[in-house]
Parts: sequence; structure tokens; C-alpha cells
Amino acid sequence: MSDESKKAPYIVPIGPNHPALKEPVMFTFEMEGEMVRDVDFAPGQAHRGIEWMGMRRNPVQIVHLTDRICGICGVSHTFAFARAVEQIAGIEVPERADYIRTIIAEFERIQSHLLWAGVAAHELGFDSLLHLTWRVREQSMDVIENLTGNRVNYGIVQVGGVRRDIVPEQHQVIEDCLTTYEGLLGKLLNLFLDDKTITMRCRDCGVLSKKEALELCTVGPTARASGVNVDLRQDYPYAAYGDLDVKAILPDQHLGETHGDVYDRIVVRLLEVGQSCGIIRQCLSEMPPGPVTAEEKLAKLLAVCKKATGEAIGRVEAPRGECFHYVRMDGKEAPHTWKVKASSYSNLMSWIPMLRGEQIADIPIIVASIDPCLSCTDRVAVIRRGEKSILTKEDLHRLSVGKTRRLQR
Amino acid sequence: MSPVDLAAMLGWLVLLSLFALAGGLFLLGVDRKLAAHMQARIGPPLRQPFIDVAKLLQKENVVPVNAISAVFHLAPVIALSSSIVILFYLPVGSLLPVLGMYGDLVLVMYLLTVPALAMVAGGFASGSPYATVGAQREMVTMIAYEFPLAIVVIGIAWRLGAAGFSSPFALGTMAANPIWTIVGPLGIAGLLLLLLVLVVVTPAELSRIPFDTQEAETELAGGLLVEYSGRNLAMFYLAQGVKTLVLAAVIVAIFFPWNLSGFLAMPPWLALPADILFFLVKAILVLFFSVTLVRVGMARFRISQVVSIYWMYLTVIGLAGLLLLMADAALPALLGVGV
Repeated sequence: MSDESKKAPYIVPIGPNHPALKEPVMFTFEMEGEMVRDVDFAPGQAHRGIEWMGMRRNPVQIVHLTDRICGICGVSHTFAFARAVEQIAGIEVPERADYIRTIIAEFERIQSHLLWAGVAAHELGFDSLLHLTWRVREQSMDVIENLTGNRVNYGIVQVGGVRRDIVPEQHQVIEDCLTTYEGLLGKLLNLFLDDKTITMRCRDCGVLSKKEALELCTVGPTARASGVNVDLRQDYPYAAYGDLDVKAILPDQHLGETHGDVYDRIVVRLLEVGQSCGIIRQCLSEMPPGPVTAEEKLAKLLAVCKKATGEAIGRVEAPRGECFHYVRMDGKEAPHTWKVKASSYSNLMSWIPMLRGEQIADIPIIVASIDPCLSCTDRVAVIRRGEKSILTKEDLHRLSVGKTRRLQR
Repeated sequence: MSPVDLAAMLGWLVLLSLFALAGGLFLLGVDRKLAAHMQARIGPPLRQPFIDVAKLLQKENVVPVNAISAVFHLAPVIALSSSIVILFYLPVGSLLPVLGMYGDLVLVMYLLTVPALAMVAGGFASGSPYATVGAQREMVTMIAYEFPLAIVVIGIAWRLGAAGFSSPFALGTMAANPIWTIVGPLGIAGLLLLLLVLVVVTPAELSRIPFDTQEAETELAGGLLVEYSGRNLAMFYLAQGVKTLVLAAVIVAIFFPWNLSGFLAMPPWLALPADILFFLVKAILVLFFSVTLVRVGMARFRISQVVSIYWMYLTVIGLAGLLLLMADAALPALLGVGV
């Protein structure tokens, strides 16, 4: 196989539909034997026009759209959007609502990370672990259903607060779930991190150096696994996080060193499950009494929102990283502008340095390692006369300058 | 050979082929059920592989535009027929190899490569990048596991030859003289090592996790088989079942040749079915440890890791087993000299 470098490269397309991809994205791999020489990808296959729909609705309605931006991190998007609108309209969220939002957000992180761990195991061909992690994930889904009424698309966060309180009877349900997970965490860490085959496949595979992670503005567990100390809950506390002691989880806390590889991403996510359990427990014990929403009557809330003018940014640490919503209101019912940047948007570009030089066998796990969520990311698809076209950096720059001018008017 | 003998033999061959097809699918069903239970699932019913084949046979048989049609269609036929033929040279229960006088274990070793080569040909003929990569990987895997496999076969036959048997490679000899009974303690240690090598070669022969790089669902979307559908896919699926049975039969024939009728006195009409059932039980046990247990407990290797595992670790283990067997054969003579 020494003369492999002399072979002409060949193209392997992966996507838009492929068993390794949970959501559509088009990869074009330039291969040399089993090695990836170069890679390009084209998202934009799952654009649903949610922002367009939102700009024709009022904020009270939009929170139910934001729930549906992502099936996994539904509450993060709603949370970020609600925070943006609350800042514009000057709505003060009651403290108890902040704690409930935090609890739901952390449960979401638990179920998201467990889901991801199962997918990662499946990508490695380790289906037993997939079945195990997805089975233990069910308990967090049950608790979420108990707290919000829904397993997905929770519909609990509202502008100005939350729509349901956590009653004392539910504390026991939450406590049971946390105890189970804290007991299981050691077993999961052992199964994932001490398994010989997983170590062989994930160690030093899909490496993203700290420098690259910073340059590409990666966020969330992807950035933390490369040793970048970022976590909105620590750097820019919102909701109840200001009262809590949250420190970003970095791989060297567990292993004493940072490789920035797939293995480290598993470490970070699994440890965050344990961290979330701690945060929820602390929230439960410190949760102050009081109302859970600033304005119970939706009509009055709507009236407040209608009068609001200004712009704001809502940032939330979603399970995959920073989730960012920009909203601008100009005294009308619908927002003037609403821009969503999901965490995967910041992380997708890190695929390129991760995949270059790796083997075909590692493509699925590397692609999955950043926990991509493409339906959240796809905010635009350019189609002219029935044909898809690609905008270059210059085009985008020109368009954004134009848009800023329009907004400044 | 008289026409009556020939007809009888052909009859046996047809019966054995049917047994191979049904037994193979049955073993696949058992494997799926056991794996499901180990993963805390209920799993499909035992007859699921039969249902799958029946369904596939009714489905459309799609041939890709840029496939080489003749090779594409021929590959599944060769894969299935060659895997059935292997069983004719292997003992099944107390039934001695039907074509035993025409071939021995060396022939079986060669025949074992034919289904894999047919799959490679079919993969290259598919005209899909996934199938091409899968075919390349299948060839590399084959090159990787052939050497340890050869060590096992030669080691055992050599030891039989050293014990004074006239045709050590014949499966009849192996069936009649269980290898464990003719070796000393050193030999038993060596045989255990060789058994381990053969057990680890089995998943690669059958392209199962962790050595299923050539089909790797999440990487290559089925690899070699990605373009196959309908009848052709059904034939590959049947070949997979037959190969499973054959591999189990090889391990059983070399290492566990005992028969129920050898221990319990029973009338002849009962002996054959009882032995065949006992053979199936042995096959299931072998498969449980070499395929099912391994595939639920491991992740898939990269192709480079597969090669290093076979060429380095398993070859060393196999050679160690071979040396132990040689020492075992030489020891009595050495001791004799000493005395």
C-alpha cells in the first residue's frame, strides 16, 4: 500500500442522505485510498423558513415556533428568544421562573448528551451501547414529560416566565431521576472511556487543536473538548446560573490532558451529564417561592410586546453550545427582524480540519462528534429560477452591509 | 461409480444443500435473537431471516446503469453455490463428508475464499464508490486473515501427521480422531491458542462486527452490497447464512468432532437426526462465542486496525500455538533419548 499516494484521488459523495447522517447535509470527499485528502460540505437541505414564519407572527406565538427549530434543544431556542424579547420589552422575569427554566434546560442537556452518546456508539458500530444509553435516556424524557407535559417540543417557556410551576410532589420524581443518573454515570464513563475498541477508534481521531477551535469560533462541548474554556453559564450567567457555581467542563479535569479528539468530546459530554444533575439538585433546593410568570394574561403580555421597540440578543448555552437569537421590534405586533444562530452553525466549519487526513472509517464518528443539528442551522437556501446557487464571501459581505444600512434607517 | 451410487450421492447433495440453506438462515435467526436479548431488546422472531428472504425474492432486482451487468448478476450465484459446495466436504453430525474422497481441509480453505472473491467481483462491478471501497476492504481483510487461518489448518494437520495418521488433512481423519485426545498437556495449550485464532478469524470471514469494515453500515451504507437488491441480495443473504453454517461446521469438525451416538447407544434411525441436532447445538454454541458475543461487545475496527490485529497479534498467537504443538510432538522422543 506504499504506492497509494501515487493513485489519483477519487470522489466519494456522502449525503444528503446516508446512514451515517441523522440529518441531511451533502459531503464531497476527495479520497486517496482510505484517506481523506480534502472535504467540502453543503448544508441547506433542511431549510424550513421558520424565521420567515416568525416575522409574520407575534412573540407570544413565536415561542411555539422556536420550540420546533430543534427537536432536541427545543427549550434552548425558546429560552434565547424569550430572553431577547424580555430585554426589549423590559419584562422582569420572576426568580422562580428563572430557576424552573434552568431546571428544564439542564434536563434537556442530560437527554441531549445521552442521545448523542448513543448515536456515537452506533456510528462506531457498537449497537449494544446505543441500546443501553437510549434506554437510560428514557427516564429523563419521562421527567421532562412530567414537568412540561411533553417529551419533545416542551412548550413550557413563555415570554416573561414559564407556563407551569414545579409542585412539591414533582420534587421526588426529579430526585429519583437524578439519583439514578448519578449512579449510572460511573458505569457510563467506564463503558465509554475504558472500552478498548472505543479508545482505539476515538483517541487522536478527528483532532481539533485549541488554536483552530478558537479561530473557527467553535462553541459548546466541541470547543471545550479542545481545551477552550467557554461556557455561557460561566462566562455570561443568565437565568439562575448567576446564583449557581457552574464551571466549564474541560477534558483535562478528568484525564489530566487535552487532545481535542473525539474521545475528549465523549469525556466532556458525559461529565456534563453529571454536572447537570448537580445543577438541577442545587436549583431544587434553592428555588424561591413566588409566581412563575411576569404576566399571566396573554392579551396583556401581547400588548406589552406590541409597544416594545428596540433590539436585543438572547444567548443561551444549549447542549451543543451557544444558541443565539437576535430580535428587533419596532412597535408592531410582529418583530421587525429575527435572526437565529444555532450552536451547530458555529461548529460545522470545524469538520474540515477534523476530517482532513483521517480515514473513511472515521468519517461517521467525526461528523457526529460535534453533534450537528442541521435543521437548526439551515436558515437560508438560495434558489434562483429553480436552481440552487452559492453565495460567496463577497456576496454575503455586500448583502450584510446592505442589511445593516436598512436596519439603521 | 455405478449409476445407483451416483443417484444416491446426488440425492444426498440436494438434501444437504437444502439443509445448508435452512440451517444457515436458522443460525442467522438465532444470532439475531441472542444479540437482541443481550441488548435488552426482544428481537425478531427466529423465522425472520426466512421472511426476509421470501420478501427479497419478490422485490425488484435493480441493476445500476454503470454496473457491469454480467458480473453483477453472476457474483451472487457464485457466492451462494460455492458456500453450499464447501459443506459437501465437511462432516455434519455423524454424516461423513459426502465428497470427502475428493477433497480435504486444504480444499475447504480455498473454497472459503470463493464467496468472498465473488462479493469482491460483485462490489467492483456495481459501479458505486461505496461498493468499490467495500471491495477493496474485503480484499485487504481476506489477505489479513488468510495467514492465521492457514497456520491453524496446517498446525492441526501436522500434529495429526506426527501422530502417525496417513491422511492428516482429510476431514474424515479429524472427525474420527478428536485432536484433543492425541495430544499431551503442551498440545492442549497449543490447541487452545489455535482455537482462539480460528474463533477470531470467523467474524472476519462472515463480515460481522468488529471486522465488518467491508459492509460497515454507518460508513459505506452496506459497502459491497450497497447496489444489490431483490433476488441478487437474497442470494447474498442466503450465502451469508450458509457461510455461517460452514464456518461453524469447520470449527466443529476440527475441534469438537464428537457425536452423540458415540456416547449413547441408540438405534441407527435415531442416531443420524440426533447427531445432526447435536451438531446444530454445537454450531450455535460456537457461533454464540465467536460471532454473537463479540459483535454485541465491541465497536467496529478501522481497516488498518483489522490488518494489524491479524498480521501481528493473531499470527503471533497462531505461531505460538504451532510451536507448542511441535514441542508436544517432539517431547516424548526427547524424553525417550534422555532415559
